[in-house]
Amino acid sequence: MFPTPIEKSSRSWQFGYQGLLPLALIFWLMPLIAVAIFSIKPEADFSQGNYWGWPSSFEGFANYALVFTASDMPRYLLNSVLITLPTVIGAVALSCMTGFALGIYRFKGNMWLFFMFVAGNFVPFQILMVPVRELTLGLGIYDTKLGLVLFHVAFQTGFCTLFMRNFIRALPKELIEAARVEGVSELRIFWYVVLPLMKPAIAALAVLIFTFIWNDYFWALVLTQGPGSQPVTAGITSFNAEYRAAYHLMSAGSLVAALPPVAMFFAMQKHFIAGLTLGAVK
Amino acid sequence: MTSMPLASSSRLPSRASWWHRNQQSLTPWLMLAPGVIFFLVYVIFPIFQSFHISLFEWDGLGPKEFVGLYNYEELYWDDAFYVSLRNNILWLLLYMLAIPAGLAIALFLNQTVTGIRLYKSLFFFPFVISQVVVGLVFSWFYDPTFGMFNVMLGWIGLDPVNVLGDERFVTYGIIVAGLWPQTAYCMILYLTGLNAVDPEQIEAGRLDGAKGLKMLWHIILPQLRPATFIAFVVTIIGALRSFDLISIMTNGGPFGESRVLAFYMFEVALSEYGFRMGYGAAIAVVLFLIMMIYIAFFLWKMARDERGH
Amino acid sequence: MRSMLKTSLAALATTAFVALPAMASGLQGELKIFLDTSNPAPRATMEEMISRFQEKNPDLKIETNIIDREAYKTQIRNFLTANAPDVATWYAGNRMLPYVNAGLFEDVSDLWEGELSQKLASTKKAMTLDGKQWGVPYSYYQWGVYYRKDLYDKLGLAEPKNWDEFKGNCQKILDSGAKCFTIGTKFLWTAAGWFDYLNLRTNGYEFHMDLTAGKVAWTDDKVKATFAKWRELIDMGAYIDNHTSYSWQEALPFMVKGDAAAYLMGNFAVAPLRDGGLDDSKLDFHQFPEITPGIPLAEDAPTDTFHIPAQAKNKDNARAFLKFVVEAQNQTKINGQLGQLPVNADSSVADDKFLNEGFPMLNKAYALAQFFDRDAPAEMAKIAMEGFQEFMVKPDKQDAILKRLERARKRIYK
Repeated sequence: MFPTPIEKSSRSWQFGYQGLLPLALIFWLMPLIAVAIFSIKPEADFSQGNYWGWPSSFEGFANYALVFTASDMPRYLLNSVLITLPTVIGAVALSCMTGFALGIYRFKGNMWLFFMFVAGNFVPFQILMVPVRELTLGLGIYDTKLGLVLFHVAFQTGFCTLFMRNFIRALPKELIEAARVEGVSELRIFWYVVLPLMKPAIAALAVLIFTFIWNDYFWALVLTQGPGSQPVTAGITSFNAEYRAAYHLMSAGSLVAALPPVAMFFAMQKHFIAGLTLGAVK
Repeated sequence: MTSMPLASSSRLPSRASWWHRNQQSLTPWLMLAPGVIFFLVYVIFPIFQSFHISLFEWDGLGPKEFVGLYNYEELYWDDAFYVSLRNNILWLLLYMLAIPAGLAIALFLNQTVTGIRLYKSLFFFPFVISQVVVGLVFSWFYDPTFGMFNVMLGWIGLDPVNVLGDERFVTYGIIVAGLWPQTAYCMILYLTGLNAVDPEQIEAGRLDGAKGLKMLWHIILPQLRPATFIAFVVTIIGALRSFDLISIMTNGGPFGESRVLAFYMFEVALSEYGFRMGYGAAIAVVLFLIMMIYIAFFLWKMARDERGH
Repeated sequence: MRSMLKTSLAALATTAFVALPAMASGLQGELKIFLDTSNPAPRATMEEMISRFQEKNPDLKIETNIIDREAYKTQIRNFLTANAPDVATWYAGNRMLPYVNAGLFEDVSDLWEGELSQKLASTKKAMTLDGKQWGVPYSYYQWGVYYRKDLYDKLGLAEPKNWDEFKGNCQKILDSGAKCFTIGTKFLWTAAGWFDYLNLRTNGYEFHMDLTAGKVAWTDDKVKATFAKWRELIDMGAYIDNHTSYSWQEALPFMVKGDAAAYLMGNFAVAPLRDGGLDDSKLDFHQFPEITPGIPLAEDAPTDTFHIPAQAKNKDNARAFLKFVVEAQNQTKINGQLGQLPVNADSSVADDKFLNEGFPMLNKAYALAQFFDRDAPAEMAKIAMEGFQEFMVKPDKQDAILKRLERARKRIYK
């Protein structure tokens, strides 16, 4: 283990370390803590210039209640859910199949197709903006959740394929060979042999994609408009435009928008980190 | 895993015979078809369409007018393009700081004291937050009237600075905001990597008298190479995709000094005053070519690793 | 064009509440309306207006969609080409040009025939491109200097009538420790308000229009003269610090707290300033003073408008709605709520301190400009406003900025 385990060092450093941890954490999360404090302050604190002092009264409930009742936030949140979940399902399903095909079979063009997914995944996606917008308009699904979902599914398939293919590569080949010897059809091998083994990868990808898509802002801006279809990342800017300079409400709104992926992360931490760090260890 | 229905398919010999004979070569294509079609339509073709559109002058509303390489000539004369390009390079270089910073935090947290798991999670969680929220949080942090940043400058006796309103500081200010989640990402990569470091090699190093930085450099870092590689890749991608933070924090200002190519492209093509789809596409092409260098490098390395297996 | 707004006050007084008779029979079918009136007061006003239209046409199925004002500006091009509503709000002047050129706005010249043309004469030119009218106005408002009357009184200042008094006042305000003007240039257009007025007063309306129409070089000495005047204020330190970081709303508290004495703004700033606690004893208005003696005073008076997208599905209903919008009685009512000015000459102006000052000012005005980003084409507006913002921070770069604008002009107006 590196660096030297703390138990083996001097007693004073052990105490020092234990004391340093919370301080470092507070420093690290300072901007966020500040916003959290903003969100429970009364409006008067801001007009009186009490930005950094203690809240003169606790208005957390009122502020957050206002976010949910006096704005389109609930609709934006619902839109986010309705965009994120289908995308997760679609991208994971497609990439289970592509990953299986690329990971199990040897055929001409395998490597090239794989490279296509990888390269496409690394593209700064903003460069797709003009054509994808045209395509979406042409399909008549501009400003719909479906339009956003279809693009997200397609784009995330690149990353997911990279992930799945590498995962499947590492599975024991013998299982598949044995099934083939028994005369099991290829589709059944996929469904009954490989898919069950992929559960950890599916879980990891699902939480990862959930976070990516929930936090998307750019495509929401390019492909949707208005509370009918926009997710919460875009909604928060309209919310802020409506409550400009009302920092207590903007803070509360921002935290609400940020919360679902945070909750997802803490609930599914193991899978999340497994997904993110795939490839970080050989 | 259920093994019960495995053998059942062999019961359909005649009907499935053609399929049966060819299924090993057909299945992969069947499996690939939906994913590949989606990816081609939404990602690969649009890249080439961008090349095509960049040869036209087009407001996105009326008919297109072919202008050849005129948009690229315009780019050559466009100061704003160079500002964006310069900022892209700044982003690429400074974003790399996330890697050593992430490593430092990972080393700091790589202990087994009580509650360390929670600490690790909390250190990581800026990464989970939407960049939109990170942008908002940091623009309040930098706010010239009440921002925490100027309060902190005051503690060490410095005059207040209007980070996001001053063309000298603005890009650095946004990059710092971007480094916050990116460092968290690199940290988690290294924490995972450190878990897998071979203890015997560390012991061997200790016996050789290696300590501290020397140990880190000669024994630990070589073993962390896969983590470093991933960190490098995701950081470059992150740097070239920087859009959300700029859009939220400064909208490209003051006077366009915080633009990057991705933002400038959006601005000329689709923002309030932008109607130049062809010009936006030309910027996209330039950005793509920059990224191509990295993609080629990554694919080359991956191909090499594959053969090594 | 000499007199865009020569509304006769006498005519106004006699016909004020004689509105057109309400439509006898209700409309059928659907009507889809997109609005950018997302701020609280305008939102309520429009909702109330539409509900009155609904009452008259109980069988009409009206769908209203209110979109954030800033977001609307980028979204309009999308919904005009796909999912077009039947009626949409927008702005007059060159701001209509891209959509008119692309054939996305319906020609509504028929609505302007006959009597209505007289009633709306003041904005007819601003609604006209290629000799046709592309929408109808529902409101306009004055721009000018909103100032803290109590601060001026304390310092013994009077409303300035010329440039020397303007600067003299400012110097006294600076000496007292406050700033003369608050401004937030993060979204650029506020700086264009200053350019408009400095250029209108230094060089006159015709020159300003030629410049925004691309007929004059940005490197012209007359433009430089405008910038020289601006520079005098900048060098004095007249503007608040760090204005590049603020939106126009975020710049309001400086005036409310008394850190800045005045704000060059449109009349829509009055409502939030009043909300901030400045009642009419503390808040006052004056016209932007003369700079070059003898140049007649023209004003910025942006017009807000309704249009019918070319791809609208219910154009007859939309036309009926537009007719309803411009009725004198309706314009009286909605502008009373908006705190703005009605365009219909038969309407009456609400009894409000600032409208009472603004209305005669605009009536006496030599001519009315729309606003920089409505008079100049979108691209030019963007590049120029960025230049204005940069100039306000780095006046030494004036020549480089003007050269950049000139190069843009040559490209944009070809």
